[in-house]
Amino acid sequence: MSTSSGMVERHGAGLWLTHVGMIAGVLVIFFPIWLAFVASTVTQPEIVRPPMPLWPGDRLVENYTAALFSGVNVPVAVMLMNSLVMAMGIAVGKIIISLLSAFAIVYFRFPGRNLFFWLIFLTLMLPVEVRILPTYEVIAGFGMLNSYSGLIFPLIASATATFLFRQFYMTVPDELAEAARVDGARPMRFFRDILLPMSRTNIAALFVILFIYGWNQYLWPLLITTDPSMNTIVMGIKQMFPSGDDVADWPVIMATSILAMIPPVLVVISMQKLFIRGLVDSEK
Amino acid sequence: MATVELDNIRKRFGSEEVIGGVSLSVADGEFIVIVGPSGCGKSTLLRMVAGLETITEGELRIGGQRANDREPMDRDIAMVFQNYALYPHMSVAQNMGYGLRIKGLPKAEIDAKVAEAARLLQLDALLDRRPRDLSGGQRQRVAMGRAIVREPSVFLFDEPLSNLDAKLRVQMRLEIRELQRKLGVTALYVTHDQVEAMTMADRMIVMNAGIAEQIGTPMEVYERPATRFAAQFIGSPAMNVLPAEAREDGLHLGAATLPNPGALRGPVLLGLRPEHLNPDPQGPIEMQVMLAEPLGANTLLHGRLASGAAFTASLPGVHRADAERTTLRLSIAGENLHLFDPDTGRRLN
Repeated sequence: MSTSSGMVERHGAGLWLTHVGMIAGVLVIFFPIWLAFVASTVTQPEIVRPPMPLWPGDRLVENYTAALFSGVNVPVAVMLMNSLVMAMGIAVGKIIISLLSAFAIVYFRFPGRNLFFWLIFLTLMLPVEVRILPTYEVIAGFGMLNSYSGLIFPLIASATATFLFRQFYMTVPDELAEAARVDGARPMRFFRDILLPMSRTNIAALFVILFIYGWNQYLWPLLITTDPSMNTIVMGIKQMFPSGDDVADWPVIMATSILAMIPPVLVVISMQKLFIRGLVDSEK
Repeated sequence: MATVELDNIRKRFGSEEVIGGVSLSVADGEFIVIVGPSGCGKSTLLRMVAGLETITEGELRIGGQRANDREPMDRDIAMVFQNYALYPHMSVAQNMGYGLRIKGLPKAEIDAKVAEAARLLQLDALLDRRPRDLSGGQRQRVAMGRAIVREPSVFLFDEPLSNLDAKLRVQMRLEIRELQRKLGVTALYVTHDQVEAMTMADRMIVMNAGIAEQIGTPMEVYERPATRFAAQFIGSPAMNVLPAEAREDGLHLGAATLPNPGALRGPVLLGLRPEHLNPDPQGPIEMQVMLAEPLGANTLLHGRLASGAAFTASLPGVHRADAERTTLRLSIAGENLHLFDPDTGRRLN
């Protein structure tokens, strides 16, 4: 649709000016990441001695090997694995639960249907931090501290995703459900064969957002994982900071930071096309 | 193949009655058209037969067996929806075979049945396409195909042609009728278009405000409409209905006197179909022509009677614009007079 109007086209100086602006913006945002990368390739003394180096050193392989396989408290590879399990668990779990609850709210008439919807909606106003104490109490009571289920379950309900799928289901013509009924599809069959494939792009978009949300969890893993082998990477970076008079191993910490960024970036890049389609069009 | 019987079917939403007792007995292989203006309850009636709406009162029998409480899939019906309701993510073949897949038929058998239906509907070349890549007429055919492959005993059509353009509508009308005859399947067809009703129906139900005004063959409804509503709904342009007085010496319509077909007395509503009027210099009806609409084969003349009532005549041939603003005298044969009760709207003669 390159011929469609509506886009503002710029020529000459305007074009250059906007590009200079954009490039400057990118540089400002990218600079700290660059510094982190540089710091992960040099030695400890080089970092602490001002001025800070601006170009990569020769310690890339050593620092990253040290981070991945020995780390400070626990090898970074273990923390990456923990984060991956948690982020996948939260993203997949949230999607399954909200697909099903939206399906129930839109397609079934049961007493208190609206009440349940608004109750779910209300939890939007209660982020993890607000209910963190009772949640901790419950999880501790179930003996889920230092476990994947403890990391995942409390974060798995999602009002946002339920709301999104509800809105999508409501745009699906009623006749489709009726045609499936006449064709002999029971409700779960209709859900699996018709609704699920139709929500494909929405699911992809949501997966990207939720994976990053799960990956970036900080406070909750910090609270419930006391065993270093259950640390996730985002909180693990903080755990690497020394307490007392110990010297921080900055090159290894910076290498860990760079490693922590890679999986979300990969998810975004690999699902970019589906993600944008999910946000832009509602396949009908 | 089955009979369908509706026994005093009623539907209430809360306290509001939308279907007020419809009874009908459909013979095996019969094509029934349910016709009426929007909001008359015709779609609701069809959806009750399909099992998509519950029946508040009365009994529905399909093939002689009570079907009130059966799920749609157990009623042995297939339905074609107004917007076709094709599954957007499935190919044409998958759309048509979905019902069979749920039934658990082996894949080879499904493929054979889909291929056969596709051949019948000339969809062979489109089997791998998605619905969004099809034209309206093709989608309509796929919806038909989906109904056919299930080999139901009753077809239900809910205004299936209303989203098509006029030319395609005429063509699909013929195709649906031909197909239904070939397969010999009982069909219920809902439409608001009286031309579809006239051309397709073995029998039609004229519905108004949840009531069946008349059930009969198209020609019965046209020639002897049972109520004023049926008279004015079927036939184009609509029948002229005017208050008149029945006396011993004839029907008095303003200054005009027409032969009294019955032994009726008192005030009546007199119905005259525009196409039954003939130009006649000695005719009793005098009409002031205001506007002529030449349609080619005939011309519609719109105007007023001496009483001021609007009146339409349809005369064969071309009456050019010089017919406007003139006075025209018309006559009508005695057998073409329709008399209705002014209070109940029921037919009197």
